[in-house]
Amino acid sequence: MHIAHFIPLFPFLAFVIDILIGRRLKIASAYIATGACVLSFIFSLKVYQDFSCGAGSYDLGTWLVIAGKPLNFGIIIDPLSIMMLLIVSFIGTFILIYSIGYMHDDPRFSRYFAYISLFMSSMLGLVLADNFILLLIFWEGVGLCSYLLIAFWHERPAAAAAGLKAFVTTRIGDTGFLIGILLLFFTCGTFHFTDLKSVTGPEPLLTIAAILIFMGAMGKSAQFPLHVWLPDAMEGPTAVSALIHAATMVAAGVYLVARCFPLFVAHPIALQTVAVIGGISALMAASMATVNNDIKRVLAYSTISQLGLMMLGLGLGSVSAGTFHLMTHAFFKALLFLCAGSVIHSVGIQDIQKMGGLFSKMKITGTTFCIGTLALAGVPPFAGFWSKDEILLTAWQNHHPVFLILALLTSLLTAFYMARLIFLVLFGTARSQMHPHESPMSMTIPLMVLSIFAFGAGFWGAPIKEGFIEGESHGAGMIMTISTLVSLTGLLTAYLIYVRRITLLPLSVLNSLQGLKTLLINKYYIDEIYDRVLIQPCLRLCRASFDFDSNIVDGLVNAMAFVTQYCSGVIRRSQTGLIQNYLLIQVFGVVLLLIWLLKL
Amino acid sequence: MIPLEYFTLLSAFLFCVGIYGALTRRNVIGILISIELILNAANINLVAFNKYLGTKDALGQIFSLFVIAIAAAASVVGLVLIIAIYRNAKTLFTDGLTLMKD
Repeated sequence: MHIAHFIPLFPFLAFVIDILIGRRLKIASAYIATGACVLSFIFSLKVYQDFSCGAGSYDLGTWLVIAGKPLNFGIIIDPLSIMMLLIVSFIGTFILIYSIGYMHDDPRFSRYFAYISLFMSSMLGLVLADNFILLLIFWEGVGLCSYLLIAFWHERPAAAAAGLKAFVTTRIGDTGFLIGILLLFFTCGTFHFTDLKSVTGPEPLLTIAAILIFMGAMGKSAQFPLHVWLPDAMEGPTAVSALIHAATMVAAGVYLVARCFPLFVAHPIALQTVAVIGGISALMAASMATVNNDIKRVLAYSTISQLGLMMLGLGLGSVSAGTFHLMTHAFFKALLFLCAGSVIHSVGIQDIQKMGGLFSKMKITGTTFCIGTLALAGVPPFAGFWSKDEILLTAWQNHHPVFLILALLTSLLTAFYMARLIFLVLFGTARSQMHPHESPMSMTIPLMVLSIFAFGAGFWGAPIKEGFIEGESHGAGMIMTISTLVSLTGLLTAYLIYVRRITLLPLSVLNSLQGLKTLLINKYYIDEIYDRVLIQPCLRLCRASFDFDSNIVDGLVNAMAFVTQYCSGVIRRSQTGLIQNYLLIQVFGVVLLLIWLLKL
Repeated sequence: MIPLEYFTLLSAFLFCVGIYGALTRRNVIGILISIELILNAANINLVAFNKYLGTKDALGQIFSLFVIAIAAAASVVGLVLIIAIYRNAKTLFTDGLTLMKD
């Protein structure tokens, strides 16, 4: 049994304890969950230290035999899984600490920590799984926890609906994912990731399988046609948004593509699909983030956009670019969400138009918020700069000018909306009655730790260094300069508009942009289109089926019951209960019998 | 000697009176008396047929003695039931006694 087998077990044990006796443990349930997470982190570090002998697969024995092929409880240890283990357990630990402060007076305190522990367990299992079936199990596990935690405050109808939406939307992707896995198995006969390098099969089938597997990633990572659930998922507790919907679970889609990368590389059409979907998601979500007024939703759109960039990096053929951005993004986006949580915890509102001037009241939150913003905007030398630069460089080196421009536009918008966010929230004057105060230590310490990583994670590329150094070859300096200029332009534009209140464009141009703004505020009407095209017809079908069932199927049964009841009602009248009536009938019977016998 | 038909006619008349009483009396005691009439009609038949058609032995008479004895026992049981009914239902009129329906 490899040491890494224990990593998902600790949070799972914490889940079992917390769900069974959590209510009696009260605050101790949080310590158990956090402790389990710390243990997982220590074990992950140990796995990282021991890692020298190259990628390896360690199984725990055969679990199933499918069509003569054994399926094992196997784990895979390679730079990718080690990186994911470290990110998940490290960020998870700090978010759990933060949650102790954030959730302190919630009536379902221990339930929250039980769900988070189950999530941690599933997520750590997901990154360790060495075959598709095991991965799918944990994949559904994190999906379940996501549903449970989005709808954690299920008394609010919006939260319950958001949980349902997240679950159903990702399910659409998961269906494709499952079909893809089975298609791959029936064409190549393998579920194992290590075999993907050498799979061969009839051409169109494998491409279709790869695209179907990518569909699963699209659902989980909220990519373009299936992105609608992520902004709504912000109804959950903010710490959940930071852990699940920014740092870890949504990155699982990117991880999946990186894990199956040999399959995608062998099939250029599938790879191009990844790039196109990633590019569209990146630009589209970034544009929607520029007009949103909810502090968490801006960050949610930003997450979609950054995940799109990761997909773009992968789709352009560079695993290192995509996964590097995944890592840095996990740190600074978790940080930003936790900062937003700290702000919401303090002022109790989420509308950024009503905030303002919070920096002076919340020094620690404000400073770390700014660090996260600079990291996401891609200002050197913050973490986001290095990883975004990798993606831009990949686009440049592989001669994809369209994708390069797409990525640059996205980073321009990213810098703009993030600057808009902090200028509206932290600076200027307060635009409504608020009583802000700095959050407790359990919340500010994770902020400070994560901000160190949001600043410095770009220098640490250890498990994926190879591609990073090669990138210095040609065009690197130019791309870095352009990327920096673009980010600074975005920040400056936001400063001029939201702090100095200067109208940059003539009024006539602004008025003509009003239509575009309406389009963006309404999220390109995608929710409405889905509602018209998919949800309403589906509901109508359901209602018709219900009517058929309740009127025709139930009607038949009810009719039979009614006939029986009516007939028995008639017959029942002869049962008067008066003995003399019975006797009378008896006498008549005897008389009739006599007449009959005598007549014969 | 009185012809047999007279006895059978008397017996038939008593039987009809008994049936009529059992069907129409509202009082339970009346019904019990009516049933006694039916039994006596049968007794008349037994004795008459033995006298006119029977052999030398008095089988019919003996049989009718049995009937009288058993009828006495039966009416004791009947009266006991009537008391029990009265205690429970506080009435002896049959239209109040619909326990078999309720």
